[in-house]
Amino acid sequence: MNLRAETMEHIDATIPRYPHKRSAVMPLLHAVQRDQGYISNEAIAWVAGKLGLEPVNVYEVVTFYPFFRQAPIGRRHIRLCRTLSCALCGGFGIAEVLEEAFECRMGETAPDGSATLEWAECLASCDKGPVLMLDDDLHENLTEEGVRELARTIRAENAEGSDSSMTGNNS
Amino acid sequence: MATITIDGQSYEADPSANLLQAALTLGFDLPYFCWHPALGSVGACRQCAVRQYRDEEDTTGQIVMACMVPVADGLRCSIVEPEAAEFRAEVIEWLMSNHPHDCPVCDEGGECHLQDMTVMTGHCKRRFRFPKRTFRNQYLGPFINHEMNRCIQCYRCVRFYGDYAGGSDLVAMAAHNHVYFGRHEEGILENEFSGNLVEICPTGVFTDKTLKHHYSRKWDMVSSPSVCSHCAVGCNTIASTRYGSVRRILNRYHHDINGYFLCDRGRFGYTFTDAADRLRRPLLHPDRERDVETVAEPAEAMKRIREIFSEATGVAGIGSPRASLESNYALRNLVGSGRFSSGLPRIEHDATTALLEAMRNAPDGPGSLRDAERADAVLILGEDPNNTAPRLALALRQSVRNEPIRADAGSRIPRWHDRAIRDFVQDRKGPLFIAWPASTRLDDLAAGTHRAAPDEIARLGFAVAHAIDPQSPAVTDLDDSASDLASRIARALKEADRPMVVSGTALRSPAIIAAAAATVHALRRTGSGGSSFLAVAPEANTIGDAMLEGAPLETLEQQLESGEVDTLVILENDIYRRLPAPATDRIISKARRIIALDSIATATTNRADVVLPAGSFAESDGTFVNHEGRAQRFFQPLPPAGDVLEAWRWIGRIAAETGTSKQNEWDRLDRVLTALARDCPELAPARDAAPDAAFRANGQRFPRAPRRFSGRTSILSHLSVHEPKPPEDSDSPLSFTMEGHSGQPPAALVSHYWSPGWNSSQALNKFQSEVAGPARGGDPGARLIPGNGPNERPSTAIPAPVPDDDQTLLAVPCYEVFGSDELSARAPAVAERIPKPYVALAPTDAEHHGLDSGDSLNLLIGELRVSAPVRLDPKLPPGLCGIPAGMPGWSVPHLPARASVVT
Repeated sequence: MNLRAETMEHIDATIPRYPHKRSAVMPLLHAVQRDQGYISNEAIAWVAGKLGLEPVNVYEVVTFYPFFRQAPIGRRHIRLCRTLSCALCGGFGIAEVLEEAFECRMGETAPDGSATLEWAECLASCDKGPVLMLDDDLHENLTEEGVRELARTIRAENAEGSDSSMTGNNS
Repeated sequence: MATITIDGQSYEADPSANLLQAALTLGFDLPYFCWHPALGSVGACRQCAVRQYRDEEDTTGQIVMACMVPVADGLRCSIVEPEAAEFRAEVIEWLMSNHPHDCPVCDEGGECHLQDMTVMTGHCKRRFRFPKRTFRNQYLGPFINHEMNRCIQCYRCVRFYGDYAGGSDLVAMAAHNHVYFGRHEEGILENEFSGNLVEICPTGVFTDKTLKHHYSRKWDMVSSPSVCSHCAVGCNTIASTRYGSVRRILNRYHHDINGYFLCDRGRFGYTFTDAADRLRRPLLHPDRERDVETVAEPAEAMKRIREIFSEATGVAGIGSPRASLESNYALRNLVGSGRFSSGLPRIEHDATTALLEAMRNAPDGPGSLRDAERADAVLILGEDPNNTAPRLALALRQSVRNEPIRADAGSRIPRWHDRAIRDFVQDRKGPLFIAWPASTRLDDLAAGTHRAAPDEIARLGFAVAHAIDPQSPAVTDLDDSASDLASRIARALKEADRPMVVSGTALRSPAIIAAAAATVHALRRTGSGGSSFLAVAPEANTIGDAMLEGAPLETLEQQLESGEVDTLVILENDIYRRLPAPATDRIISKARRIIALDSIATATTNRADVVLPAGSFAESDGTFVNHEGRAQRFFQPLPPAGDVLEAWRWIGRIAAETGTSKQNEWDRLDRVLTALARDCPELAPARDAAPDAAFRANGQRFPRAPRRFSGRTSILSHLSVHEPKPPEDSDSPLSFTMEGHSGQPPAALVSHYWSPGWNSSQALNKFQSEVAGPARGGDPGARLIPGNGPNERPSTAIPAPVPDDDQTLLAVPCYEVFGSDELSARAPAVAERIPKPYVALAPTDAEHHGLDSGDSLNLLIGELRVSAPVRLDPKLPPGLCGIPAGMPGWSVPHLPARASVVT
């Protein structure tokens, strides 16, 4: 596995914190996803080897949690809330704006790779809906115009190739 | 017992059970999915909802899951209360929302727990109008068919396969409405208990692929109670047939033996009965040296046998550990006990005799699988249960939880509360120690392993006995690690409430068996009450054969040499599998005439003058004596077709034909058993293993066919529209038709599990005295070896340390669950799983001889040359090599033996 030195360091420090090595499977998967942007089959086998598990035991975990990704995503990750309050406040209208702006459907990645759009369940900010998460940042009280502007910025950054963050992940 | 109230009626119930168990035991029909009597409760499926009331005053109550409610005095509940009933119907409706309703094309249809439960709850109208979720199925190997769309997410498959059987390649993936039970990628399910998924799955996700090749509905199959013929555990089975062939094997519950589960060898090995090389007609070989055979009429074959007998100076019989007790006894009776051989070479014969001796001397008699499951400290001395007695390995896998549960707070958690018990136990494991030359598939549970040569394993055993009780002789020159291990084992066994020592003939070492016996007796002397000795033997009737006390094959060779004997009758035994080919050739060529009886064509039958077609387990009635000395009767699901007869019946006819006994004296099973009981008092209880042929209920026989059997007239309509007279059965109280007693037969005669409303094998709970308890009216079989109390017995000498020898390797037998058993290896599905020939070698030895994995290794063992690719086994100690025993086509008999590497 071609992981960055600090990721490796973090992983090696994490494992001994648990009485049973296998308990470290979640933190390790998070670390790998932060490093690689997603969790490949190679990474699953690597984590399994590291913790003395069968690859399928790691695969179980990866497939159980929607936040573990098995395919690369766009440069930025947009998760739009679709739970009741946000939906009542126009969340689905925001979805349409996002789909138009990034020329892809919810659940897909923009053709230019600038972002991946996903639905999220409640992001715990119901009084300020609709809300979305842009990577690790919460954006509240969304308006259609504000979201168009946000999309323009993301696409522009992507076109310039400026390296504001790692490839499509939460770092 | 606790008094509980269900729907206003008072009942007595077992307070160690949960409410669901209690309700089923009391005969209520309460639906369930995730609960399984052997797997316990997790309270996941919400199907067994009932309304529970606080007390007599409480009229509101609350809905609870019966499987999670402990039975307690004063418990009040209602099953029929409308809201609870509606709740159960709604749960089914949710579960069915994605179920494809493909019952007519589903193998499970007609014996489906999901169908039964749906009908039981009354859900009959579908409201779900949307597309159903669908999955891609996986190829799971030759045994199991996968159809994920039918899944209702009860999780029983992974709970059995992973938690219970220790398999790691079947898991639950994803979440929500797309949970997927399967492998990481397509491929063979590796665990040797995968076949139980067929019965564990409440619907048709996992079905029997061997049945699929010749499918028939449950209600269309004629079945009989049978006993597995593929190892000495003697799991009880139901063999089902249609159109004259065996279609499948199902588990038949035996409280003390197999419980709810079988191994894959036992479940899928049955198709050897239909293999192309089955013998169905008598054969004559005019010239034994040349491969010319003629098919003969039975009368012609009998005439030839009469000639052979009249010309013979002496006739000797070779019995077989895979032939029934009756057949072996009939043969012994035909030739006289002085000329009867057990059919084993001396090396196996001596080990088997030592094992039988140890069983007879065991303080409480030989232990059962149920004892193994309940043991809280286990020492396995010279056995590899996963491969030699697979079902035992499954029992031992459960045993390692007993010590942690017993230890502290665990004892307060009810045993049925699976989730809580597993959370409590976590990864803690009770003491299980394994002494075996190579690695085993129980090593992941072991608190300690000793991988060494057979004599070193025996020395460890004696050292354990000495550490438990200094009265046992000490072992000198034991190295430090072995002696540390011996004291750890001794401590664990002494501290246990129910210690167990497992040993057997796998390494053909009487010393190992003596060491195991010494340990058991040492425990007994030091006051460990429940110490138990569990004997492992290789073949279905090894113990029964040994109890007839025949001589080893080598004695027969001497008798041939001296001219005392010149004619052999060989019963269901391929002696080429027992002795090296040159030695077998000598026996064969010294015998002037050979008469062989077998169900399959073997190297031995190919060299016989007369071959008589004997029935397999499917065409025979008979008795096997299992590893614990329990005589168990198996009944034919098929009337013998063509010229096939039970071997004991053929031998009876030979006896009549040659004037050794009166006509008709041996033509019924009960007559053979009566004679056996007269001649061999120790074996007399075998007669009571099942009711005799005259047994009736209300004057009626017990039907082999279910009451809904169809096609009786049309089944032969391509030949004739006249329905033939049903075959008669003079040997058992069973009939071949659906006519007869409609109630439950005694457990030994149960041909299928069915009860009104319960079409699947889960109907079993109606056949037990309590859920997961003994069968109603007692479990079948008769124990022949009662045990000897705490009697002292002299132990044999402790073997000397194995000397270092860098010139030769010690070749030891190793075993393969798929391959080492002669009969199942002929079943196509099992044959797919047989590994390629190999010789296991320690990496250091391989390096020493300049060999790498896969390189061809040539060995000279005595007069036998063996050549096979090297398989590196880092767990194997240097100086040893492991050769799989009994593999089809290249069996290497007569191990352990010194082997020299030939370049």
